[in-house]
Amino acid sequence: METAVLDRLHTEEFLVNMGPQHPATHGVLRLILKMDGEQVISVTPDIGFLHRNFEKICENRTYPQIMPYTDRLDYVAAMTNNWAYARTVEALMKVEVPKRAEYLRVIFGELQRIASHLVFWGCMGGDTGAVSPFLYGLRERERILDLFEMTCGARLTVNYYRIGGVSKDLPAGFHEKAKAFVKYFKPKLKEYAELLSGNVIFQKRMKGIGNLSQNAALALAVSGPVLRGSGIRWDLRKDEPYSVYPELQFEVPVGERGDAWDRYLVRFKEMEQSLQIVEQALDQIPPGDLLAKIPKVLRPPKGEVYVRTECPRGELGFYLVSDGSTKPYRIKCRSSCFVHVSALPEMLDHKGHLIADAVVTLGSIDIVLGEVDR
Amino acid sequence: MTKEDILARLKNQFAGTFEVQDIPPGTETTVKLSPGKAREIAEYLRDDSYLRFEVPLCASGVDYPPENKIEVVYHLFSLAHRHYITLKYYANRANPVVPSMTPVWAGFNWHEREIFDLLGVKFEGHPDLRRILLPEDWLAVYPLRKDFAYETYVPMPPK
Amino acid sequence: MIANLVGRIYAFLLGLLIRWGLPRPVFDFGAMIVAGFVVAIFIALVVLYLIWMERKVSAHIQQRFGPMWTGWHGWLQTIADAVKLLMKEDLTPTNVDKAVFLTAPFVVFVPSIMAYLVIPFSATWIVRDLNIGILYIFAITTLVVIAILMGGWSSNNKYSLLGGMRTAAQIISYEVPLVLSILGVVMLSGTLSMNGIVQAQGKWPWQWYWLPQILGFLIYVTAATAEVNRTPFDLPEGESELVAGFNTEYSGMKFAMFFLAEFANMFLVAAIATTLFLGGWQPFTGLLGFICFMIKSMAVVWLLMVFRWTYPRLRVDQLMDFGWKILVPLSFVNLFATSLIMVLRK
Repeated sequence: METAVLDRLHTEEFLVNMGPQHPATHGVLRLILKMDGEQVISVTPDIGFLHRNFEKICENRTYPQIMPYTDRLDYVAAMTNNWAYARTVEALMKVEVPKRAEYLRVIFGELQRIASHLVFWGCMGGDTGAVSPFLYGLRERERILDLFEMTCGARLTVNYYRIGGVSKDLPAGFHEKAKAFVKYFKPKLKEYAELLSGNVIFQKRMKGIGNLSQNAALALAVSGPVLRGSGIRWDLRKDEPYSVYPELQFEVPVGERGDAWDRYLVRFKEMEQSLQIVEQALDQIPPGDLLAKIPKVLRPPKGEVYVRTECPRGELGFYLVSDGSTKPYRIKCRSSCFVHVSALPEMLDHKGHLIADAVVTLGSIDIVLGEVDR
Repeated sequence: MTKEDILARLKNQFAGTFEVQDIPPGTETTVKLSPGKAREIAEYLRDDSYLRFEVPLCASGVDYPPENKIEVVYHLFSLAHRHYITLKYYANRANPVVPSMTPVWAGFNWHEREIFDLLGVKFEGHPDLRRILLPEDWLAVYPLRKDFAYETYVPMPPK
Repeated sequence: MIANLVGRIYAFLLGLLIRWGLPRPVFDFGAMIVAGFVVAIFIALVVLYLIWMERKVSAHIQQRFGPMWTGWHGWLQTIADAVKLLMKEDLTPTNVDKAVFLTAPFVVFVPSIMAYLVIPFSATWIVRDLNIGILYIFAITTLVVIAILMGGWSSNNKYSLLGGMRTAAQIISYEVPLVLSILGVVMLSGTLSMNGIVQAQGKWPWQWYWLPQILGFLIYVTAATAEVNRTPFDLPEGESELVAGFNTEYSGMKFAMFFLAEFANMFLVAAIATTLFLGGWQPFTGLLGFICFMIKSMAVVWLLMVFRWTYPRLRVDQLMDFGWKILVPLSFVNLFATSLIMVLRK
């Protein structure tokens, strides 16, 4: 009798638009969800709302002039964007960055990683309904941004790195403030682990949601915490080490199943590891120059190079084609978030997830639209 | 595997159907594909157990008006063997059509759509070739081409 | 002392109006209306205070201050917001079921006011001490579902309807463990009357029913949080999802009414928890008893607020699972354990 009723009930799939303006899409992202009642059948991301054509702009700027534009790619983690671009040009010009500058780069890169993961942690709480962690995360991030402001004058779009080194040295009082931050933050991480990670409701919302298998992860070329969440232990800082990472001790956390919970946990543990790196770098930093000896007018030799750097959201790759002039002929920015949004259908389609799970999955891949659209 | 080994292995299978490019600073293995065997070489690179390029890193398009070509550059990575390769395909600037690599590596889907959108290169065999970044009502001008003139762009008139 | 004063005024007015020829039933009816007004004003004041309290509690949990400018530490903020909402454009979408749409915000208050009539604020401060008090309360509060369905249905918006139906399903599902959890209290006190239950608990904190009925108390607090749609059970209204649930299409003052009703209901379940488990107005009587009652109720409300600002939300299927598969069996366990112990004691 039941089947007779169900046969007569006509159900239809319908499209739901999670529009560009939405509290849960972390920016201007449009998701077109095909729903069958409560369940999400498929998701089609529609991007391009923040597209500024960074690559074309760069073709009309000299190499040093491009640095502030890179801040605005992944605006939540500006330091590492700067670093990725600087490394690319240095690879083309075969420049050796002085030791002190490398240590400074690592310190600020890792501090930026912690700040970026704090935003992720807060937003993850907000997506699942616990709004207080967002404020706690941002409160801790304020301390890191204070450190940035002390050094380079800016909090968000820092423009700190230069091709060949960094722009400014550590001000007086930085060591004490940074060490105080490390000391303050370690017990806070334990507290936050209990607050959110240890919460049964939070775990139930995150476990088993948005699974990304290892094969799919490699085929779609995801990187960073999304790749490590799926169980593949690949971190550019360890496996293709650059800068002074070989001299620093840290672990790379890896997930098991590739669900939202694993991605969350990987990022949380990365915060602990970054804290460790910052501590060591502060102890080991030698005196020295801040910039390598490069000409005032940069004219990299003709050639092409592709360099990738481990940023908080994944790997940021720059493909640089130089024709020997002061401006790049072509610079292509391969951002991790662009690839991760393209992996969203793989994580959500035909898995019987509800809208709430779609929101959680989107939050767990931690995108910033500046990087997705460039 | 070193650059020489990779090229030797490729030459073993597909001698004469590709061209090795020596591009400074010489850190990359660059191979220019010819129209005929592009897909087969791609599948070989992905499936051969010594090469195993399973990760599609990046696809970019570069416009060279004086040589009347648009280069489509594919960067590949092998997680199994930790080596890289760069594939290039030259498309005619007047009518740029390139065999799509999306059937071989699913990760190039959105990259090729972006090249289609911003440079106007058509990819044969792409499952879903449509605009990705520019608005739907953008005219058929391609911003990343070198002859894109900001002043001559005329937006669609309001309805 | 205040009860004495009220009694004197009542007697005086009764004498005066009867002498003037007013029939007794009309006077009784008038007295009931006055009592209803007093209760309504009391609810309004309590809700005013609760909204301010919520903003301050949430602010302090989140390391900020909350309202500070409007009045001393922002206590006038609620009034300022109410004035703003009154001045807002009151949109009514064109295709709604007008009669239902416009009355839903008022209907949602009716069960609250009716339930407040039997809450024992102090030993003699109760509008009507019905001898089926607690049964009456649970029967009346279920009527809130009607108002929510009215709001969801009349909005002519499939997402509002879905949200309204989900809320209704949640409230109805959690009624079962709610009522089951208080049956232990009813058995221990031997009466359904609210004042009777308070009097059956002794003067001392360890005699109040939260201790012998600890499981019932915990189940009641959990089910009550679900009944008033507070986090972690506020999926139908608060989810960073597509819709705001059944009150999507409501704006301005109508939206404010739903919002205020939520707070009125929250205080109601806290008052019930105080009466049943925390000894009501014990150990004092009169005005001091009223203050004691209010302090206890506010503590329960504070607990509900802390829940909201600490916990994430449950997904709708997890919510239903939790209600039916965990709370209902546990409340049966509580019931059987209580009856077993009572039989063994005899």
